[in-house]
Amino acid sequence: MNPTKIFLGAFLVNNILLMRFIALCSFFGVSTSINTSVGMSAAVIFVTLLAAWVSWVLYHALLAPLGLVFLRTAVFILVIAGLVQFVELFLKRYVRALYSAMGIYLPLITTNCAILAVTFLNIDYGYNLLQSTIYALGVAAGYALAIILFAAIRERLEDSPISQSFRGYPIAFVGASLISLAFLGFASLFGITL
Amino acid sequence: MDWSIVLKSALALGGCGIGIAILLLIASIKLAVKVDEREAAVRAALPGANCGACGFPGCDGYAAAVASGKAPPNACTVGGPAVAGEVGRIMGLESTAAEAPVAVLICRGGLAEAPRRFHYEGTYNCRQAALLLGGPKGCVYGCVGMGHCVGVCPVRAITMGADGLPDIDEAKCIGCGVCVRDCPKQVIRLLRRPKLVYLACASHDRGKAVKSVCQVGCIACGVCVKNCPAGALTLVDNLPVMDEAKCIDCGICVHKCPTGSFVDRAKGRPQAIIHKNCTGCTLCATKACRFKAIEGEPKQQHRVIAEKCIGCGECIKVCPVDAISMVGALGHAERLT
Repeated sequence: MNPTKIFLGAFLVNNILLMRFIALCSFFGVSTSINTSVGMSAAVIFVTLLAAWVSWVLYHALLAPLGLVFLRTAVFILVIAGLVQFVELFLKRYVRALYSAMGIYLPLITTNCAILAVTFLNIDYGYNLLQSTIYALGVAAGYALAIILFAAIRERLEDSPISQSFRGYPIAFVGASLISLAFLGFASLFGITL
Repeated sequence: MDWSIVLKSALALGGCGIGIAILLLIASIKLAVKVDEREAAVRAALPGANCGACGFPGCDGYAAAVASGKAPPNACTVGGPAVAGEVGRIMGLESTAAEAPVAVLICRGGLAEAPRRFHYEGTYNCRQAALLLGGPKGCVYGCVGMGHCVGVCPVRAITMGADGLPDIDEAKCIGCGVCVRDCPKQVIRLLRRPKLVYLACASHDRGKAVKSVCQVGCIACGVCVKNCPAGALTLVDNLPVMDEAKCIDCGICVHKCPTGSFVDRAKGRPQAIIHKNCTGCTLCATKACRFKAIEGEPKQQHRVIAEKCIGCGECIKVCPVDAISMVGALGHAERLT
């Protein structure tokens, strides 16, 4: 499959947050300000890429040959959690600036569903390592796009005259559903199907 | 049943787990970062409000700065003397406590005093209203009056008054400065707690322009500058600037200001009384008192007109026979003499 199509499909057409509704917990939890959203997005892009590589190799080198495909959920969660911990230690020691920039978000995304979803979908779609990388990049960029867009809207909502019963999460849910509807407009862009 | 698949599963999953555990163990030893023990101790001593009043990003940032010697131990205004002492003890430093300042509004132009130029119908928020031609108030320097500070105050010390100006409760204010940073007009400032007198106007306009938009704005007449006994005031850009090191909080400027632009935080002021040993030299009445509050014939005992005396204490300074003292409002007398 065309790499551009893989990327655009993951980035816009099948946006992980707005079209697939995966990783909504962090989408609503972190999107209260643009600053935190940017930090979270950076951490997600970084870890998604690493997780996609490690899980792909693990699946094709260990699970598939041994016929243990059914174990992939458990193994991937274990590996991603361990990987994030390791990356955190590594960054703290050698790349202090990046460590402080990502701050609390790095350990937070240990349990981010978007990352787990990418590792599964890479295998379900039968992507090779290069295609997996592009797909992971697309999904993570899509995550960043959606959460930063949404954070910008929520910052405006903070100052808007919203009736008391709608303040906070209710209006955020309404807003998210409207952006999601807007993203439907990307459906079958360049012939990429949902 | 095929037991080999169970065995293989257990081995694969267990192997992964053990492999990661060993990797993390090695990593945590090899990649260990030395954390200054004092940093953790300082962090534990701080209140953890993460208000940023110290000028560092949260309590963690301040603790790191203290531990590396880049910040003084007494910069935490919220924790006050207790925390400053504790941090100082951890760092092995002598610590002088920083008393939390208090936030004051430097605008007195409420709805009655400073009329609006236009009717604003938009998002009800100072920051957004201020973007539209500087806000609806006639004076572009003044408080927008939509209560953005009310919302940002972490201790809810600010309420909106009926006059369209925020009312800061000094008892609740912790001096964190969040409102100061967030105010779009910069009309809130932090004042040292013991400071009593401050100028409550931010307008740099000339007198006539100020007068046309606000009844209580500073018209830069300079009366306060001329009357200040301590020489603490100078006119800069049509506003008197107060040298707080020189100011003695006597309150003369408050009473001399024709527009009432100064604010006196004192709950009460003392009054001068003249004792029997007065020789009637008239120095107090002619030289010292700026308010014609002392009357009396030469060579006879003078007396203070209670309604006019503001308790500034200037007469005490000139009396050659120490015949004047201050009464009332305990605690102020010592500071003024």
